[in-house]
Amino acid sequence: MKLESKIPAGELKDKWTNHKFNMKLVNPANKRKYNVLVVGTGLAGASAAASLAELGYNVSVFCYQDSARRAHSIAAQGGINASKNYQNDGDSDYRLFYDTIKGGDYRAREANVYRLAEVSGNIIDQCVAQGVPFAREYGGLLANRSFGGAQVSRTFYARGQTGQQLLLGAYSALNRQIGLGKVKTYYRREMLELVIVDGHARGIIVRNLVTGELEKYSGDAVLLATGGYSNVFYLSTNAMNSNATAIWRAHRKGALFGNPCYTQIHPTCIPVHGDYQSKLTLMSESLRNDGRIWVPNKVGDNRAPNDIPENERDYFLERKYPSFGNLVPRDVASRNAKEQCDAGKGVGDTKMAVYLDFAEAIGRLGQKAIEDKYGNLFDMYQTITGENPYKVPMRIFPAPHYTMGGLWVDYNLMTTIPGLFALGEANFSDHGANRLGASALMQGLADGYFVIPYTLGDYLATNKLAKVTTEHPEFAKEEKSVNELVGKLLAIKGKRTVDDFHKVLGRIMWNNVGMSRNEEGLKKAIKEIAELRAEFWKDVNVVGSAQDLNQTLERAGRVADYLELGELMAKDALSRNESCGGHFRAEYQTEENEAKRDDENYTFVSAWEYKNPGEWEFHKEDLDFEFVHPTQRSYK
Amino acid sequence: MEGNKLNLTLKVWKQANKDAKGRFETYELKDISTDASFLEMLDILNDDLERKNEEPVAFEHDCREGICGCCSLYINGRAHGPLAGITVCQLHMRNFKNGETIWIEPWRAKPFSIVKDLIVDRSAFDRILQAGGFVSINTGGTPDANLIPIPKEKADLAMDAAACIGCGACVAACKNASAMLFVSAKVSQLALLPQGQAEKQQRVLAMVSQMDKEGFGSCTNTGACEAECPKKISISNIARMNREYFSASIKSN
Repeated sequence: MKLESKIPAGELKDKWTNHKFNMKLVNPANKRKYNVLVVGTGLAGASAAASLAELGYNVSVFCYQDSARRAHSIAAQGGINASKNYQNDGDSDYRLFYDTIKGGDYRAREANVYRLAEVSGNIIDQCVAQGVPFAREYGGLLANRSFGGAQVSRTFYARGQTGQQLLLGAYSALNRQIGLGKVKTYYRREMLELVIVDGHARGIIVRNLVTGELEKYSGDAVLLATGGYSNVFYLSTNAMNSNATAIWRAHRKGALFGNPCYTQIHPTCIPVHGDYQSKLTLMSESLRNDGRIWVPNKVGDNRAPNDIPENERDYFLERKYPSFGNLVPRDVASRNAKEQCDAGKGVGDTKMAVYLDFAEAIGRLGQKAIEDKYGNLFDMYQTITGENPYKVPMRIFPAPHYTMGGLWVDYNLMTTIPGLFALGEANFSDHGANRLGASALMQGLADGYFVIPYTLGDYLATNKLAKVTTEHPEFAKEEKSVNELVGKLLAIKGKRTVDDFHKVLGRIMWNNVGMSRNEEGLKKAIKEIAELRAEFWKDVNVVGSAQDLNQTLERAGRVADYLELGELMAKDALSRNESCGGHFRAEYQTEENEAKRDDENYTFVSAWEYKNPGEWEFHKEDLDFEFVHPTQRSYK
Repeated sequence: MEGNKLNLTLKVWKQANKDAKGRFETYELKDISTDASFLEMLDILNDDLERKNEEPVAFEHDCREGICGCCSLYINGRAHGPLAGITVCQLHMRNFKNGETIWIEPWRAKPFSIVKDLIVDRSAFDRILQAGGFVSINTGGTPDANLIPIPKEKADLAMDAAACIGCGACVAACKNASAMLFVSAKVSQLALLPQGQAEKQQRVLAMVSQMDKEGFGSCTNTGACEAECPKKISISNIARMNREYFSASIKSN
């Protein structure tokens, strides 16, 4: 299979403009003849659905939640980048492009990233026009703040709830189209299969999560905007029900999966407190501005933190990285915390945490100053842990947070299946091997508001598709296969719960395919995941019936998919004999423990074609750096 | 810090579907860590039930960080449980006593029918927003974001109102099952901002009309909604919506 990225020729800054002109259009009167299925209603899905409906397409949206407003984009805290240069500090489209491609450790496409920067300003205009209450200065203009990986102030925010406000903006645009009858909603539905007719994506099979019935929907194109797959780790900052099933079922049907091993582990999360733990809560990394990270010098030191004298503490980041100290990048901070815990110096009940101590900052600045800066985070910490962080150090630990990998898409956001598009975190496209803070919201909305409305039109105008309804035999065939899969899960009636398997998988992934990977661990993981998968299909117990609201059955299907995806992540990590961004192979590091890239041999996107469970064919898309020259990232 | 362990009796509302007859089911739980969240306590219950081949308790939850608005439990007679200003997912077991009996119910309000056990149908909220909770602009062609300065105080007030997570606690807490706090939060956000001015009259009329159609009750100013709102949305928004509604009604006549 030849992967065609379809990157337009020409100067970087002209590519998208020229491409927009060269793409074919659908006549306004003809748009209403097309039906578009959008799965997922987060930033990417909601913005795409609303924008396409405004243009005149008939849109159907699907999500597993009870309302579009609850998609997990809602939980993003920090902000959204845009190259507005409102601060007069030297920002430009080119600088945002450059920071993003460097932050991604030179493993993303130049053309995609430039387009992202180019439309970033339009996103802010759009959101403000919708009534998104961004933070403002006293003069009434928009406020900005700084974020990691950039030397300019370009992050727009709405308190600590930027994702919520942007999603509610897109949701309001969607609601307007629902009221106008241009969008039909299918909430509490989970996509379980993609239907392909004559080589083109033409429909989906979904399960009605209330009645348990399978339902068939046909259309002229299918858009997947179903988010990332951090929940393969069981514990992550994702919502409990965020899952990979839609993209995985599409992958099994032929859509290639790009860079599955690129995952982001966020350093400042509230640590695990017991086996029953269900999720990890992220706390803004801004805390590292004033908090000092440390562990006891001695292995197994069980004294309370305030009883450990200064000279028996190891401020390991300050010791190892004297110039950046506690402000090293996310991946370095995360890896070092894990190393300390692996060495037996972890703190708290579970010994899987390090201290983040504000005593010095409180002494220097006073408690009031710390309250003003971080009050809401301190309150949240106290609500969850029952400890007062003004008095005792916080305990923190890294957690899986975002997946840069996803379905492989070309410049038009189309997967390797014609008519199947992937948007937002569900695709692999713009963040390379590491995503910078405040870039996920930007990408989701760029894809939905400003890219897909053009590229979908081009696809529909250039492909004269025959009319297909759910009466087509492919729909009955796929419905039958989904029915069989559901029946199979319910019929096993083994001894172990779905969560049992998910937790075991999560531990394998965390230990071997997490922050630091090596050949031996990855090979072990591949073997263990395959064994666990076989065990799952023999011994899982899914209670309840298929014709009912059955949350256990929902989870079972998702875990079945994770048991394949996890193996692919390990295989991908094993095949990439270099370190880059979030992918850190212990064998490939500089003397300063930085990721050591191998540009000569690995400047490509890995794209995997599904063959059978546990069996893939490897393809690659070479990355050309025409405009920037990859350099070693250094934070010394 | 080692958490303590609790033994608990749960009285949980079970109901097979919208039309079925519901009942309280009693469950005994042992050795629940005080560090567990309330929803993790329910996870443990469900895990026990699955191991006994019994049907777990259905409840709605997703982000578990207090922002998606999914969780919706009435605990010991209070929406989102005993603490103010948080959702159920942020509530931890250290707020309960060993040996305590905990009553867990779904939101109780006529417009929120029960889907199963503790899950209710809140689609009425979506329909109210579809009636007018937006600014009628299309994608693209919008002016530069800094073209309209908005005083910081106004923007902050709009943000206070926009923080609503649509969980429905206000309705569940209200003796009249009024949705005024929810509706007024959206009306206020857009009425405070210049972007919302063009349609402000139609908006408030359409949204209130839809709210009435859905069967939500009237507001009698008891303030229960504000007291139980996990995002502390102020009832001053209701006053603002009443002013907007009154003014729009006069002008539209």
